[in-house]
Amino acid sequence: MALKAEANKAAGSVLYDPRYRSIFYQVAALALVVWVGWFLTDNTLTNMEQRGIQSGFDFLNTTAGFGIIQSLIPYSETSTYGRAFLVSLINTILVAGVGVLLATVIGFVVGVARLSHNWLISKLATVYIETFRNIPLLLQIFFWYHAVLKPLPAPRAILERGEVVTFSLNNRGLYLPRPVFDTGFDIILIALAVAIAGTIFLSKWASKRQMATGAQFPIFRTGLAIIVGLPLIAFGLVALVEGGSPMHFDYPVMRGFQLSGGMPIIPEFIALVLALSVYTAAFIAEIVRAGIESVSHGQTEAAHALGLRNGPTLRLIIIPQALRVIIPPLTSQYLNLTKNSSLATAIAYPDLVSVFAGTTLNQTGQALEIIMITMAVYLSLSLMTSTFMNWYNAKIALVER
Amino acid sequence: MKFKTLLAAGAAIAMGSTMASASTLDDVKAAGQIKCGVSQGLPGFSNPDDQGNWTGIDVDVCRAVSAAIFGDPDKVEYKPLSAKTRFTALQSGEIDVLSRNTTWTATRDNSLGLDFTGVTYYDGQGFMVRKDLGVKSATELSGAAVCTNTGTTTELNVADYFRAHGMDYTVVAFEKADEVVAAYDSGRCDVYTTDRSGLAAQRVKLSEPDAHVVLPEIISKEPLGPVVREGDNNWGDIVRWSLNAMIDAEELGVTSENVDQMKGSDNPGIKRLLGTEGDLGGQLGLSSDWAYNIIKKVGNYSEIYERNVGPNTPLKLERGVNALWTKGGILYAPPLR
Repeated sequence: MALKAEANKAAGSVLYDPRYRSIFYQVAALALVVWVGWFLTDNTLTNMEQRGIQSGFDFLNTTAGFGIIQSLIPYSETSTYGRAFLVSLINTILVAGVGVLLATVIGFVVGVARLSHNWLISKLATVYIETFRNIPLLLQIFFWYHAVLKPLPAPRAILERGEVVTFSLNNRGLYLPRPVFDTGFDIILIALAVAIAGTIFLSKWASKRQMATGAQFPIFRTGLAIIVGLPLIAFGLVALVEGGSPMHFDYPVMRGFQLSGGMPIIPEFIALVLALSVYTAAFIAEIVRAGIESVSHGQTEAAHALGLRNGPTLRLIIIPQALRVIIPPLTSQYLNLTKNSSLATAIAYPDLVSVFAGTTLNQTGQALEIIMITMAVYLSLSLMTSTFMNWYNAKIALVER
Repeated sequence: MKFKTLLAAGAAIAMGSTMASASTLDDVKAAGQIKCGVSQGLPGFSNPDDQGNWTGIDVDVCRAVSAAIFGDPDKVEYKPLSAKTRFTALQSGEIDVLSRNTTWTATRDNSLGLDFTGVTYYDGQGFMVRKDLGVKSATELSGAAVCTNTGTTTELNVADYFRAHGMDYTVVAFEKADEVVAAYDSGRCDVYTTDRSGLAAQRVKLSEPDAHVVLPEIISKEPLGPVVREGDNNWGDIVRWSLNAMIDAEELGVTSENVDQMKGSDNPGIKRLLGTEGDLGGQLGLSSDWAYNIIKKVGNYSEIYERNVGPNTPLKLERGVNALWTKGGILYAPPLR
């Protein structure tokens, strides 16, 4: 009875109840957003139809008809625009992935170097950071491309016709021998997998033993020996049985205008990766320095008092604590690098913006669809990166007991 | 910056519901000037000098339309556009006419909401290589690296050509023409391909123009001409007949020098062209002396050609197929009557 009266009272004042009011405003705001979105879409489609502008995504299935200088999956002029999209997407992911790896390595080394007690090393790191952090990225891309790579001699100027080379850096790119896998190579891959599994097992056993007895096991050196050694032994065995190496190299050969065969890495890729990683590394170095400096010096002193040397102190005490400060801003740098890779369009590296939002857009004229897809791709790439980094951040976060 | 243009254009398509309904001629008259999309700098076609004055064949088409409407060739605002942004700029109403060495193709005419209004220059795609390569023909180019512009018909033609001849190639495609030239000049590629008029124009920019040779093969048809939005036929007619008036004037022997005397001519064709007989101007919604103004202020087709790309310019292009039909070429304007 009393309950019912209370409910009645609440119903009477729904208009003034802050809970209902906030829900009302949120629903109203959502409705407004949906309506504006619908209005824009509908108006756009009507206008486009009125002017005879083609719309829709059918173009993805039509023949592209243009060439792309670098593709990791099979692509030819007879492939579709959808395939061209995939090629350019993979090219973007490749340049971002390699860039992130390199930037992280350089950034950590420079960041630690800046804290070094060696005057020369720390000053060099400072100069590196201040130089590359303060020059616009586009200029750096131009620098690597136009000032460093383009003035290299042409292959024709330095190589004879028919000459076989193992390594050549010229203005057409970096040419390396390409490994070709023959029969029996799968056995080596299996050996490698076994070695990795064994090492994981061994490291678990070692840490358990250390917990129990305190005795340390040289897990790094042993693991390295297993991972390198086992595939090597397998290689030797296969070579003996098959009567030849299960892998050979395809060397670049000078033919006509340029080198053919081997593994060419185009100068556009080199310039872009260098510029992106060198630039982003300068920021990462500062993040790493801030992270390390955030760990109280008392931690180092305590570690030293326990008898730990400098290496293990940094590896086991300082870095794990610094990482908690480092990871969130590091994520932003990874996102920046990925998005900045779209500057590729300035130097003809066939990335997503250049091939899809550039060439494809221009050939089909379907600006709206293509820009929408491109924006969606960058959005998803960024969201995936930050999801992964957040997961990692949560994993290494301080466990409070 | 181009991305921004595209976004702005996209937004304009999304928001502007009134644009299609109003007449472009009224808009242009109200604004007091024509917004004309041109290239970012292609000598002979549309190129700014050091004072920012635009010259070239494509620019003269804009000036002719301006003269036809306002009696003054300089009521034009030039908007430099990349190959990538040109169509979106026109679709969204950022420009009124696109006069930017653009090839007339079926897809562009049919699916982009655009109308081509004629041909200002009949071009064809060619190849340029360094002389010291010793190449005499495009059929010897197998394995070459080719520099070109992205998103052009050029890029598609070169793919077709090499495929049809069973030759390998790698394409290095840049967005701006200047970047292509710089890449070719520095030896990033063996071949530079674009329309032959473009090769002639860009060759001037190379560090040693005489060390390069244009190969004899012409691998495509590239009719270049002005483009307008679909759906405003009167505006399309004004651009179309402004161009035709210049071609017709050459055929009738009317030049900017003699157009005043020609006004007294007894030739009925000249009378109709110059508005002393008939009402061609009125039919277009223009004054009767529209064509007189074009010829007086801009010139006939021959004058434009000789001034911008002819043998006495750095481009040194012979008339070739661009000669009048009466002189062995294919240039032919429908009768003005």
